[in-house]
Parts: sequence; C-alpha cells; structure tokens
Amino acid sequence: MNWIRKNIIMIVGLLVLFYMFIPVFVVIALSFNEPKSRLTYTFDKFTFDNWLHPCSGAEAMCPAVMVSLKIGLISTIGATILGTLMAYALMRYRFRGKGVANLLLFLPMASPEVVLGSSLLTLFVSASFPLGFWTILIAHIMFCLSFVVVTVKARLAGMDPRLEQAAMDLYANEWQTFRRITLPLLAPGIASAALLSFSLSFDDFIVTNFNSGSTVTFPMFVWGSAQRGIPPQVNVIGSAVFLIALAIVVLGQIIGARKRKALAA
Amino acid sequence: MDQIGGDLRLVSLRKEFGDFVAVDNIDILIPKGSFFALLGPSGCGKTTTLRMVAGLELPTAGQILIGDHDIASLKPYNRPVNTVFQSYALFPHLDIYENVAFGLRRRGVKDVATQVEAMLSLVELDAFARRKPSQLSGGQQQRVALARALINRPEVLLLDEPLGALDLKLRRQMQLELKRIQTEVGITFVHVTHDQEEAMTMADTIAVMNQGKVEQLGSPMDLYENPKTTFVANFLGQSNLLTGEVMDRGDFVGVKVWGNHIKIPASRVATTNAKVWVGVRPEKIYISAESNHAHDHLGNQLIGTVLERSYIGVSTQFIVEIPGFLDDEKIMVFEQNVDASEVKAGDRVRISWDPSHTFALDAKQDAYAGDVLAEAE
Repeated sequence: MNWIRKNIIMIVGLLVLFYMFIPVFVVIALSFNEPKSRLTYTFDKFTFDNWLHPCSGAEAMCPAVMVSLKIGLISTIGATILGTLMAYALMRYRFRGKGVANLLLFLPMASPEVVLGSSLLTLFVSASFPLGFWTILIAHIMFCLSFVVVTVKARLAGMDPRLEQAAMDLYANEWQTFRRITLPLLAPGIASAALLSFSLSFDDFIVTNFNSGSTVTFPMFVWGSAQRGIPPQVNVIGSAVFLIALAIVVLGQIIGARKRKALAA
Repeated sequence: MDQIGGDLRLVSLRKEFGDFVAVDNIDILIPKGSFFALLGPSGCGKTTTLRMVAGLELPTAGQILIGDHDIASLKPYNRPVNTVFQSYALFPHLDIYENVAFGLRRRGVKDVATQVEAMLSLVELDAFARRKPSQLSGGQQQRVALARALINRPEVLLLDEPLGALDLKLRRQMQLELKRIQTEVGITFVHVTHDQEEAMTMADTIAVMNQGKVEQLGSPMDLYENPKTTFVANFLGQSNLLTGEVMDRGDFVGVKVWGNHIKIPASRVATTNAKVWVGVRPEKIYISAESNHAHDHLGNQLIGTVLERSYIGVSTQFIVEIPGFLDDEKIMVFEQNVDASEVKAGDRVRISWDPSHTFALDAKQDAYAGDVLAEAE
C-alpha cells in the first residue's frame, strides 16, 4: 500500500506513456507482418521481407515517399531561411507594419487546415497556376514559416542584445555580427525549427490534398490505399520515420549532456 | 580610422527618447590619456552618454569629437572606441582566446597569436585561453572583457559599470588593477558608475551628472572639498547644510546662521544670493566639552547638546542639536577614534571648524538633492 502511494505518479505516468505509444508499437509490429489477404489487419506471419524490399509489392509507394521527402527538404530549407531572417527582423529592427506582420504570421497557425487548404486552392485556381509539386511546396513553406518564426523568435528573445552590440563595438559589421555571433547562438533554435518544419511538411495531408493536382505524397498514398487495405510496407516507412526521429532526439540529448558536462568540468 | 586621435570632446550633446530628455546638451572635454568618470544616480543620463560615444545610440543633436573628427554619426565598428559592457557581454560560444582575438580578426590584423597571448598574460589569464566564459568566475570574466577591448588599442576605452557585478572585496582589488592598467597603457578611460567611492578612487576627473546635465566637473578633491551644488554636496559623501544669510562680503563672507556668525572664504561661496546653505563636512568638525577652548582658534564655532553618539570602529559619529536651529538642521560630527572621546550623549558641547572647510550654496537648491538616504524615504 505504502509502495503504491509513494510511486503512484510514476505508475500513472508509465500507463499514460504506454497508452500513447500503443499505436506506434502496432505500426512497428505490423511492419514485420506478412498478411494472407490485402484486407486483413491481423498478424499472420513474421517476416523481414517488408524491411528488405520496401518498394516491391507496393509500387506506387516509393515514388510517393520520394515526393514527400523532396517537398519536406525543400520546404524546410526555404521556410527555415525565410523564417530565421523574418524573426531577426521582427526582433531587432523597428519598421512600419511590424505589428501587422506579427499578426499575419500567427494566422496560419490559428486557422483550420481545411480553411487554409481550400483558400489556397481558390488562389491557385483563380491565378490559373497549375496544381502539382510547386503548389504543394508553396503551401508547405507558407505554413512552416509561422512555426519557424515563432521558434526562432523565442530563441532571440532569450539572447542578450548586448552580445551583438559588443560584436559591433569590436569592429564586426552587420553581416559579420550576424554570421559570427547571432547565427551560432541561434543555431539550436534554428535546428529545432527545421526539424519541426520537416515533420509538419512530411505528414501534412489536408492542405496538400487540396493543392496537389495529380501529384501524390506519402500521406496521400496512405489515405488512398487505406480504402483497399494498407500494404505492410507503409508500416515500414512509418516505423523508419519514427526511429529516425527518435535517433535524432537521443543524439541531441547526448550532445547536450556532453556539452553541459564539458562546461561543468 | 587610425589617424583619428586626440582629446575626446562632447559638444552640446543631446539625446531625447520621445518626450524624455536623457542627455541635456552637455559639454565635456576629456583630455587624451586621462581617467575620466561619469558619476551619477541611475537614470541621470551617464550610460546614454557612454552609448552615444560607443555608437550604440545616435545623438539627437550635438557632436562627439576625437581630436578634430566628429564621430557622432559613424557606425560603432568604424570608431576607434571600445567598450567594457556591464555584465561583460562575452561571447558564450567562443573560448577566451577567440573572445579576445575577435576585434583583431575583424580588422584583419596579422600577428593575432602574439598579441592575444601578451594581452592574456597582462590580465593573468594565460592558463584559461581555451575555457568558455561560463567556466570562469565573475572577476575572471571581468578581466576577459577588459582584455577583449584593450587589445584593440582604442583611442578611448568606455567602461559601463564594469565592477557592478563583483563583490566588495574583489571590486576594491579591480579598482586598483584598472587604475594600474590605465596608467600602463595610457589610453583614455571613460568610466560610468553610480559608486562615488569607485569614481573617486580611480578617476583623475569626475563629471557628476544629474537629470541629463553635468552638475559639476573637477578632480575628486575639488568636488568633495568645494561642491558647487547641493546635489554634489550630498551625493559625494555627507554634508551638514544650514540655513544662512549673507551679512557682509569681503575676502571672507560673513553669514548669519540663526544668530550665529559663520565665516566662509569668498572663493568658496558659489552664489551671489543673500540666502544660502552653509555647508560643512561632518569629519571637518572638532567636538569638545563646552568648557574646552582648545579649538577656539579655528574660527567657526557653535554650542549645542549631543543627541546621539554612535561608535562605528574607525570613527565615532555624533548628532548635535544647536538651540534655535530647525529640526532637520542637527549637525553630524565624525570624530576619528585616536583618543577616547570625552563627550557623551546629553553633554553640552562646543563644535569648531576652520572657515576654509566651509562652503556656501544657493538656498534655492533642494537641501536634500542627491541625498541617497533622504530620497529613499
């Protein structure tokens, strides 16, 4: 009884975590499944085939993954560069329209994705812009931008402006100050903004679905095949994404801990 | 940039933030190679003045001259001026060596290694070159900040409350250290502080600032011995200020203080008004029993009663009430503890001081201006 009272928070915490991770475990388990028919979600037979040959058996999937990776990478790079510069301008300079810019950046985060997707579609159609890879890319950069600006701004807010003033005082011009002082100190914020952008872009379905034309991304492929039974290779991609993300987080923790240890020494 | 050199002159320098006038048309001449202090309470405009010289704040009007060059509109990185920031602003991601080398690298100087090593040994931090700033103590960080600025051999080094974050003992030590380094390198130091003792210990010349204006400019001794305003009289040390009226003027000015006659040398009377504050520092006054006439030769004398006597080690402090004086005109007397004092609380006493230790200020000024204790109440 006493033991339970002492550890109740830990127990409840573990239960909640377990509950949250059940879907992930199911995905990982099903990635080793060899189903008898396309329509079954039961675990029939264990196999490594899905991991060894993810592209065979589900021919349309790998091109879709490639499209998603490509869009994810390009929109991450675009949104991170633009967003970092915007955050810097919003924090370090005074200019006309600054308040409006802050508000407009917040809007994509606040408005429902369905609204965003459909209004973008209206925009592209009325401008007779052909739907496809480029419209998806533009849409992704647009909504990732807000998250990058918010993340980088938070990092900038915690940075003493006197560091930049000190650099200018020590003969660094504006560009050198940004390159040598601001950018290195912002790097952790920029990195987390980039990771966030990539995952937002990689798994976006609603906005993408409105603006994709005939281009198929990985989430759209999954949605499409879900009607007929999801091939186990989809679970391989899902598990791989999860494991990569986990590896990045663990790596980040290790590097952070090592840095702190070096500083404490 | 290298040809700019000479005295630093601020000419009608002014800075407004909206309706607020932070610096109100000040004129200051700071001779090349001197140690100059801008002293004043927080919000007096001293830091704004410093930031304008550094180029981190653009003046609303006026000139900042080094020699004959007006640098007021130059970018900070184009001025032969470096700053030691309050709380140092060391670059946290660079090690000590790279922090100190930063200015040299930006200017493309060749022998970075030799100069950095020489500078690190000047501030006794050779062993710490590869540490990060966060691994150093406050005092060590302070020395890195100094080295990082000094290595550039600026025409003027600006110090913004550089010792504020250090504890008292370390601060004393750094005051002497800074003074030594300044004498050694011969660079003009402009030091901003609210600590009057710090300013007086280090500076050749002090400008006392208040509400955006320079109250008085002079050597520490000048300011202390012969203050020209009540603000200076109270902000630097303590002063007794008594209501007086000028009766006659000559080499010595005769002033009546509630029926008592006080003499003041004409050179120490800062006003032509008849109504004055008569000032005398507490430690200039001798206190003795009423029957003791040993100090009669000094010239100025009052008779009163000791209200309070407190022993504080180096000195004994008395508060003396003089019959006929106002309630807030009780006189403070500090007596060095050389001999045991003959005077106790409640005794009738004779207090005496030399006329040349007396000063007179315009009675229109607030008697409590710059009095840290009175303003806190």
